[in-house]
Amino acid sequence: MLTLTNLDISYGKIQAVRRASLHVDAGEIVALIGANGAGKTTLLTAISGLLRPSAGTVSFDGQDITKAAPDKIVRLGLSHVPERRLVFKPLSVTDNLLLGSYTRRGRVPRAELDRDLESVYAMFPVLRERSGQPAGTLSGGEQQMLAIGRALMAGPKMLLLDEPGMGLAPTVCRDIFKRVTELRDERGLTVLLVEQNAKSALAVADRGYVLETGRVILQGQSSELLANRDVQRAYLGRDKSQEES
Amino acid sequence: MFAGAPQYLISGLTVGATYGLTALGFTMIFNTTGIINFAQGEFVMLGGMLAVVLQKAGAPLPVAIMLAVAVTALVGCLIERGVIRPVGRTAPVNLVIITIGISILLRGAVMLIWGKDTFALPPFSGSAPLAILGAAVQPQSLWVLLITLLLLVALKLFFSRTIHGKAMLACACEQKAAALMGISVDRMAMLSFGLSGFLGAVGGAILTPITLTSYDVGVMLGLKGFAACILGGLGNPFGAAAGGLILGVLESFGAGFVSSAYKDAFAFIVLLALLFVKPTGLFGGPKSDRV
Repeated sequence: MLTLTNLDISYGKIQAVRRASLHVDAGEIVALIGANGAGKTTLLTAISGLLRPSAGTVSFDGQDITKAAPDKIVRLGLSHVPERRLVFKPLSVTDNLLLGSYTRRGRVPRAELDRDLESVYAMFPVLRERSGQPAGTLSGGEQQMLAIGRALMAGPKMLLLDEPGMGLAPTVCRDIFKRVTELRDERGLTVLLVEQNAKSALAVADRGYVLETGRVILQGQSSELLANRDVQRAYLGRDKSQEES
Repeated sequence: MFAGAPQYLISGLTVGATYGLTALGFTMIFNTTGIINFAQGEFVMLGGMLAVVLQKAGAPLPVAIMLAVAVTALVGCLIERGVIRPVGRTAPVNLVIITIGISILLRGAVMLIWGKDTFALPPFSGSAPLAILGAAVQPQSLWVLLITLLLLVALKLFFSRTIHGKAMLACACEQKAAALMGISVDRMAMLSFGLSGFLGAVGGAILTPITLTSYDVGVMLGLKGFAACILGGLGNPFGAAAGGLILGVLESFGAGFVSSAYKDAFAFIVLLALLFVKPTGLFGGPKSDRV
């Protein structure tokens, strides 16, 4: 569904991502893990069209979107839940969700938007309780739910999720990951999940890629990656050789 | 000695309404783009001057004003599309300096085409003063206040009820997320310039029957509008409108009770004093939100 081929991305003279290639098939949850500064967020930003890659191609659902504008990419069905959630803090929860459907206004019937709003509220009941409150007053976990709900309002086929667990309590974090799995199982959404927390990401993902200083250095099934020594040492805070000795 | 107070109050509110509209224009552009548009005063001047020119050319007064306002809004859009956007991503201060250039250009162009004379527009409904609370009030003052009030209500509805208004607010508070929603940040910036042109031009056109206009009225009106905006707290639309009215009234009282020679100085003295005491402006509190 999403294929990146030899993507180079630079900020001025600094090259943040080098010849990165990855693919995500329809209905998959794929994790992209790596340390802070590895280029994960940069990669997602380029997929969404906010950054222009200097080389390589991005294709989504059979279309080349390497040079497409962000609004076109959203229209094609690729929604991005940004790092740090970036909810519209002074606006109400409902307004945040309505803005998520900005590109669908006038294209789809009002009733369909209302139905989607209803389904987001059904998925995250706490958002309904807080529907009139400014989004800035929500807790971190609630803001994350709102950011996901806002992306769902665009009616996506695929979600890019950037560090959904960042700064959240472990139980809240687990709940968010559970919802991500539900989205795939119940709605057939495809997900590319970026996380620093490799363990929880690989626990929900089918496959994973490891990004280090802008390069994809490893890829494989989640179970393989979880068992991989290098991954364990670098990202899971565990060194089996030491444990054994 | 306070016999003149109601009189000063009314004339202060009238002029203050225009400061408020100018300040709102500043706020609108600042919120969506981070730029202080120093051509804002020129929008006010264009509103007045174009209305005068069109009316002289034979257009009925309401038509002349509406056309003047529409043309100025268009000028605002063109400034964004033709000058600000091509310069692209750069520090806001560079763009601010460009707006100063634009203001000089607009002022110069108007001077070359229509000269340095001072022009007037006829009042909307006669000039026989009405007696209100012992003050002789020009009917035009009421028009100014009424139209300003209507504009404020319309803006409020635009931002709270329409998706485009909300999208503009979204751009103002979280530009990256707005772009990810498919909101075109460029188009919103253009809309904010257009709206600012519209607000400034309305202010200029409705005030001209009272204060007259010429190619260079924009300089002072722009500065006062900016002062009003800072007074109310930069970035706060309500503060901008209120700041304008407060500034207008203070100025009018100062001119009436102290000396009209210092009329223009009052605005800036008040502004300085406030910045010493409360740098965030009257209505701009420290930002508080949960992380």
